[in-house]
Amino acid sequence: MIAFILQRLLQGIAVMLVVGFIAFSLFNFVGDPVSLMLPPEATQADRQAMRTSLGLDKPFYQQFVTFVENALHGNFGISLRLGRPVSTLLVERLPATLELAMTAALIALVAGIPIGVYTALRRDSWFARALLTTSLVGVSLPNFLIGIFLILIFAVWLGVLPSFGRGDTVAIGAWTTGFLTTSGLKALILPAVTLSFFPLTLIMRLVRAEMLEVLRTDYIKFARARGLSDRSVHFRHALKNTLVPVITIAGLQLGGIIAFAIITEQVFQWPGMGLLFIQAVQFADIPVMAAYLCLIGLIFVVINLVVDMLYYLVDPRLRIERAAAGGH
Amino acid sequence: MSEGLEGGLRALRRIFIAAAAALFISAPASAVTLKYASQNDPQTVDPHAANLLVASRLTSQVYDTLVFRDKGWKAVPWLAESWTQVSPTVWRFRLREGVRFHDGTPLTADDVVFSVERALSPLSQMRTSVQGVASARAVDARTVELTLSEPNPALVQHLTQFRIMSRAWAVKNRAEKPQDYKNKEDAYSARHANGSGPFILKEYTPDVRVVLQANKDWWGRKAGLWQGNLDEVIMLPIQSNATRLAALLSGEVDLVIDPANQDVERLRANPDLRIVEGPEMRVQYLAFDLQRDELLYGSEKKRNPFKDARVRLAVAHAIDAQAIRQKVMRGLSKPIGAVIPDLIAGYHPDGDKAVPYDRERARKLLAEAGYPQGFEVTLDCGNNAPAADICQAVAAMLSQAGIRTRPNIMPQTTLFPKLETYDTSFYLLSWGGGITSDALYTLNALFHSPTGKGDGDFNMGRWKNPQIDRLLGEIKVQADPAKRNEAIRQVLVIANAERPVVPIHQQLLPWVMRRNVDAWFSPVNTVYFYRVTKQQ
Repeated sequence: MIAFILQRLLQGIAVMLVVGFIAFSLFNFVGDPVSLMLPPEATQADRQAMRTSLGLDKPFYQQFVTFVENALHGNFGISLRLGRPVSTLLVERLPATLELAMTAALIALVAGIPIGVYTALRRDSWFARALLTTSLVGVSLPNFLIGIFLILIFAVWLGVLPSFGRGDTVAIGAWTTGFLTTSGLKALILPAVTLSFFPLTLIMRLVRAEMLEVLRTDYIKFARARGLSDRSVHFRHALKNTLVPVITIAGLQLGGIIAFAIITEQVFQWPGMGLLFIQAVQFADIPVMAAYLCLIGLIFVVINLVVDMLYYLVDPRLRIERAAAGGH
Repeated sequence: MSEGLEGGLRALRRIFIAAAAALFISAPASAVTLKYASQNDPQTVDPHAANLLVASRLTSQVYDTLVFRDKGWKAVPWLAESWTQVSPTVWRFRLREGVRFHDGTPLTADDVVFSVERALSPLSQMRTSVQGVASARAVDARTVELTLSEPNPALVQHLTQFRIMSRAWAVKNRAEKPQDYKNKEDAYSARHANGSGPFILKEYTPDVRVVLQANKDWWGRKAGLWQGNLDEVIMLPIQSNATRLAALLSGEVDLVIDPANQDVERLRANPDLRIVEGPEMRVQYLAFDLQRDELLYGSEKKRNPFKDARVRLAVAHAIDAQAIRQKVMRGLSKPIGAVIPDLIAGYHPDGDKAVPYDRERARKLLAEAGYPQGFEVTLDCGNNAPAADICQAVAAMLSQAGIRTRPNIMPQTTLFPKLETYDTSFYLLSWGGGITSDALYTLNALFHSPTGKGDGDFNMGRWKNPQIDRLLGEIKVQADPAKRNEAIRQVLVIANAERPVVPIHQQLLPWVMRRNVDAWFSPVNTVYFYRVTKQQ
């Protein structure tokens, strides 16, 4: 088990190096940050001096090597846009993004699984059909549009929820949380709901499809034949067996939620890493982009690892197979 | 949502607000807080680290300058109550008495000397604010002497951007130098400030908010400069256009300085809002490659059509600035014939003659120049608003007149390096002369032949005119204002006739605010909060 985890972590480092290398080769195309760091009216000598001092005049692979060397020393450079250390910026922004992503994932799971079960069990009811139709909207509408609709309804028309920002936050050590203030909680609702829309519909449809599959199997028929209650059949036997694919998808979706929070964060001016990244792209803020992409790479690697380990808990067959094979 | 429902909701909300107002009616008058939103974060509050509008919108609230602007945009005494020019290269400034920094320490000549040194340091991006200054010396506690390496008749104009910081505070917080991108530490002065200005910086959380508190002890209050009633200002960066407007409509913010152009018409119709608009000192213009003997990006490889003044005139005739104003800018522009607008010192109407839109005349001029069938060319533009839209409109207009123009729209981060290496045949750019508000700054950058030493840095078409170079040389040192203005007039007239660039328009900027807010529109697109009022 430990060997397995170590192996995955080493793979993770390789993944991050590749991500970093590809990122740096792409940075050639985002253009020259100096043109935004200096006023348009700056002299060419000023621009050249700035470029040299930042090492931007070197070819991309040299910039990449410098980046890796510095990163090994825990130094991710200085943001060209904000003039502050990238590591500080990411640490500051991480809580906002994680709180948003976790809340969205929670909404998706807590709402998605029961709705999925319900639509599977009451396949023909009008309510289940309505839910399914609505879910199409969730899959097909882009995130930013949902966000803007929600802002229009709840902030502009009803005036009950804020349209932007994170509200007041409370600092607990290095972590800032919006969970402890009323304005923080209110500010969380719209972006979290927006962000949860897509994974919610996905989980719901997945649970429904899996449930329908499982309900047709022999052991469910046997369970019914044994006279077990509907409740026990549906939730103890059927639902549990649908969860393996659900965990895979939910896990990958969590990575996706963190990565795609970019759009939601931009719409709601949510001060997380996604907002930092999108502004970095517009500014060609290379140190921030590089560090962010590597961090997202790391998050995906870790989530995949956790998902793999969760399989063991849910699916007893895996435990037996591994044991039989002598483990890795 | 139907109008009825929307109206109903609005009525419901009014009732709520009225009820809430009734509850608080007996409470004492609370602090007046203005919530201000714009697209961008200030990036830094260090007064010498960045020469960026987004930054100076903040630093100008917190830090004072020796000289500043009145409502007519004239340079007026500010921290300096008077000044004299001892010789062409020596200026003396007498400081106002009783000015204190926000931490309570008094302003002395030594702080000005320190600030000059800081603004001149290699890491400073604000060297233009003290252009020509070689050194500063404190004559006594309230007198500063600036020695220039070469005469700068526009020094006072430049100094309106030069902000004064306390030496003691900078030393204590190890902020003697502006932002250093090689340093691994957070620069203290990038997020903390100690100025003497009308507002005190309370909090700056990048990309979240800036909180400013009115400085009750600001010297300007006694001098009668304080014309507002704000106790607190919260500056909010909201990147998304739609969200920013939603926040304004829902009343979460009071003032938005950068609504999207297409929304302005609708906002005008909203009775809860007020729009204050004015011209920005920024001119949008087209410029040509006037160096090569071919079109690098175009059909003509034997000769460069733009080198023929008739072709440049044809371009000017082919562009319908009024149509651009109506269709692209939605009324928010003012066609112009010169590269500097009338608020810039040295402006003269003789140099501001726009040719009328006349497509037939454009075709005729092209034929006379030897291009009866026209030619093809690529127009390089930035993708920022509104440049990208203007670019497409201009390309269509020129194509109709026979110059088949392909718009090549790219991010600014790509456009600038391209132009800088003269890798272009034809480009669209804008120039803001507001930084110094003196004509020399613009004319020297756009029209002087490029020397690589600070002259002609934005003459990317590499236009060379010895007479212009000579006149600009005179403008730089001429101390007699009348003679200097005459030289400026001549440059403007020559440029207007020769047309190395074709000015299109000056942009009008709309600020949108709640009805109960009123602000003075400054031509540098900066809200000066000491001139903002808000009725409770």
